[in-house]
Amino acid sequence: MTEALLQAKDICVSRGELTLIENKSFTISAGMLFQLQGDNGSGKTTLLRAMCSLIPLDKGEISWRGKLLPAAREDYFAEMCFAGHADGLKGDLTAIENLQCTLTDHTATRAECEYALEETGFTGRSDLACKVLSAGQRRRVVLARVLLSKAVLWILDEPLTALDAHGRALVGGLIEQHVSAGGSVVYSTHQALEISSHPVQTLALTS
Amino acid sequence: MGGAFITLLKRDLTLAMRRRSDWLNPLVFFVIVVTLFPIGIGPDGSLLSEIAPGVIWVAALLATLLGLDGLFRDDFDDGSIEQLLLSPQPLSVLVLAKVLTHWLVAGLPLVLLSPLLALLLQLKLQAIPALLASLVLGTLTLSLIGAIGAALTVGLRRGGVLLPLLVLPLFIPVLIFGSSCVAAAAGGFAIGAQLSLLGGLFFLALALAPLAVAASLRISAES
Repeated sequence: MTEALLQAKDICVSRGELTLIENKSFTISAGMLFQLQGDNGSGKTTLLRAMCSLIPLDKGEISWRGKLLPAAREDYFAEMCFAGHADGLKGDLTAIENLQCTLTDHTATRAECEYALEETGFTGRSDLACKVLSAGQRRRVVLARVLLSKAVLWILDEPLTALDAHGRALVGGLIEQHVSAGGSVVYSTHQALEISSHPVQTLALTS
Repeated sequence: MGGAFITLLKRDLTLAMRRRSDWLNPLVFFVIVVTLFPIGIGPDGSLLSEIAPGVIWVAALLATLLGLDGLFRDDFDDGSIEQLLLSPQPLSVLVLAKVLTHWLVAGLPLVLLSPLLALLLQLKLQAIPALLASLVLGTLTLSLIGAIGAALTVGLRRGGVLLPLLVLPLFIPVLIFGSSCVAAAAGGFAIGAQLSLLGGLFFLALALAPLAVAASLRISAES
């Protein structure tokens, strides 16, 4: 039995009048791949943001390593990394500068950043401001940030958006590596993410 | 904790250096408003020196207000506010780094420029130290209070009009004690009381504003 990291119990989340997530319960344990499935507007992003404590729950509770959120927020945030729709990159900073301004205790060295960028298939261009990079390249910088975070739990909202076939395979590989090392990944995607070595748990959302 | 504070401070200062219009606009506005007064009122020295404390203080307040809207706007639009909210560091400390950057690029140049504009308005030389002291304490307080309004309105597309309405009532005490401090110094009176009150307001804002800003940002990010 592996250790349970994030546990959600009967959670309900709504946006305005509309209740998107109704009485969902799930457990994410170490070494687990967890995929959210659902059509556009079915609440995948809402659920992911609720899992990050960015949106309050109407009902139910989420706990991290047995401690209730949002009270255990600081422990939780130290071990998780979220990559959402908005990439959080500063357009006026270069890729490396962006990677070096993550707000954790540990600031990555230049070599670490270059290595992480290499891992995500980001080629050259690390001296350019992020605003001139293509969407796919920016996505790779975001993935490099996730790698550098050393987080146990990755929460990725549509990680494959704007990536080419090679990039998608690369992301699959990185996720596989992370899960093999005992980490967990929660993600939503519309594209096929090929991960053969690990079983994928899915949660289907219906609108 | 200190690491993240310094990182954020450095990042925002770098960004400010690369995008000069963000902090030059309020500064230029400040200079224009103050220089227009002698032109509009005429070269009556005694009248100008009488209204100088109020004019400089009102212009400084409006210039601060002008730069406030952008305090969290970029972070909100590009999603880095989420990374800020998901940082394991206390959000109020990170917020303090952002407010300090705002003051360093918007408030400090304004303070440094004010003696020059004071001469233009024929403010008595003996009032210059009081002007500097009151503006340092005052603009810091204005930045702290203004950040609350900026955080509350950042989620709204048209928050520009709401922001002044929210924070202006809280700016009034700073304006009153700030300009009366300079006026008292020009008249040769003691300014201890006004400076103490400004200092008190500053420390009150320093203690409470970061918590209020942190809470407001969490609310704004929910939308």
